[in-house]
Amino acid sequence: MLTADQQLINEDAMSRNRMVRRLGVIGLWLNPVFSYFFLWAPILVLVLFSFNQSRSVASFTGFTLRWYGNILNNVMGAESAFSTELMLNAFRNSLFVGTVATAISTVLGTMIALSMARGKYKGKRLLDALLFFPVVIPEITQAISLAIFFKVVFDWLALISGERIFPGFHTIIAAHVTFNISFVAIVVRARLADMNPQLEEAANDLGANPWQTFWLVTFPLILPGVISGALLAFTLSLDDFVITFFTSGVGTTTLPVFVYGLLKLTVTPEVNAISTIMMVLSTFFIGISLTIQGRAVARA
Amino acid sequence: MTTWLARKRESGFLLAVPTIAWLLILFVLPLVIVLIVSFMSRGRGGVAIMPFTIEHYQRTLGIFSIILWRSIGLAALTTLVCLVIGYPLAFFISTRRNRLFQQVTLFLVILPFWTNFLIRTYAWRILLGDEGTINGFLLSLGLIDDPLPMLNTQFAVLVGLVYGFLPFMVLPIYASVERFNFRYVDAAYDLGANDLRAFLRVVLPLTLPGVLAGCALVFIPSVGAFVTPDLLGGAKGLMIGNLINNQFGGSGNMPLGSALSIVMMAVVMLSLLVYLLANRRDRGA
Repeated sequence: MLTADQQLINEDAMSRNRMVRRLGVIGLWLNPVFSYFFLWAPILVLVLFSFNQSRSVASFTGFTLRWYGNILNNVMGAESAFSTELMLNAFRNSLFVGTVATAISTVLGTMIALSMARGKYKGKRLLDALLFFPVVIPEITQAISLAIFFKVVFDWLALISGERIFPGFHTIIAAHVTFNISFVAIVVRARLADMNPQLEEAANDLGANPWQTFWLVTFPLILPGVISGALLAFTLSLDDFVITFFTSGVGTTTLPVFVYGLLKLTVTPEVNAISTIMMVLSTFFIGISLTIQGRAVARA
Repeated sequence: MTTWLARKRESGFLLAVPTIAWLLILFVLPLVIVLIVSFMSRGRGGVAIMPFTIEHYQRTLGIFSIILWRSIGLAALTTLVCLVIGYPLAFFISTRRNRLFQQVTLFLVILPFWTNFLIRTYAWRILLGDEGTINGFLLSLGLIDDPLPMLNTQFAVLVGLVYGFLPFMVLPIYASVERFNFRYVDAAYDLGANDLRAFLRVVLPLTLPGVLAGCALVFIPSVGAFVTPDLLGGAKGLMIGNLINNQFGGSGNMPLGSALSIVMMAVVMLSLLVYLLANRRDRGA
């Protein structure tokens, strides 16, 4: 039997626990409500005001497609440096840079991943570090280090050859490949770690030469990883602003750098409309690429 | 094991050589150059010239220390706010029994982040501006007479950073809670723990790897943020990333920019070290 005092203490503790539990349950439901509002409100407001009749973003006065029309017809506020042609050109530049940088970084990333998974040599921890640092280094540090590097190299080349090279696609692509390699290597290594190495031994025992073993056994098995890595690299490349901003030259503006020029100016309904279009397009592209990736993984 | 690669000892390494060379030339060498430049003097037009000097480090840790500490403070605050919002959210998502509902709630966190970072940051300019949506709403309700100054403040930078990096906190914690075996909680109850104790002594320690990873993933990009303070912070919300950027414009100072970068990188490496040590201790325990 419990004494009266003990019973009192127990009841006290239980009521306190009931309170904690009630607070926990309330918190666990209030938090998502707040969080999803926080995550989605800015995007919904941006889309909403791209259809607003007045130029103000303080209140919604009515629906119009005028701002979208203005973009297509090249009519924007006098203060903006916008032209549809320039934007499409920037988009083309982005696709070009993204494609070339993805191709190079996928090859380089896959090579180092294969080498580290199957090669027998010392110093792999050093290679781990070499692949790890580009992922964690602040973007702006990498951006200025590449900017200074290109400047030093081009100054030096101008000195010995008398011809000056200017930053352009080559510098942007070189920079993008540099930050993409690690991501490709990480994704491909994860795939290789899941693979059964005995399959390669079996191919070898059945008389396949190393070249045949690679193309007929290893490569098809890691292909989903390679595709995932390439899509990740392409997405990062299309999305990058900071590093491109520091390594691009005249006439090689990519879409994010172009958009940054617009966003730095004041808030206008046309910019809201452009942002909305870009949002829809990038969501569509990433959705498609993830679907392809999902299929590739499922098939393997 | 004689596979296609390991047949010759050196062939395995040769395959890595092009990539290693690329990273040594375009990643390591540029950082070495930044380190050297940071100790050089400023010449005409902001370029680096001889002789060597430690002047830029003195300035970085002297008059610019306010901005350095502001960056670290804002990044720490961003991490804390992300944790306070992100942990319960991740917990909510991973404890949904209905598989479809769980996937939808997770997807709703990820989907906004398929949009370019610049545009997501710009959206806050619409909301926070003097003639923006929040002020317009509050003015129309008559709750305020003059617009609240929110844009171009440190508050705006904080909001922008939390918005930008929240999924980096939610996803690792989600993965941790997802793996957590809730029978441990039943065991804790059976052993007489109340809810608070069960959470603090059982759930939290076992989901700590996710929390630590989330904190590192939020803190590191926040310290070096450039776009968010640039679009939302104005002069009052200047962070070290903007200061570095300013050194590479017309009237810049490349050696100073390099010194600022090196110091910022040191802060990032230090926080990474703290993360790795905490993670190791956590695993060891």
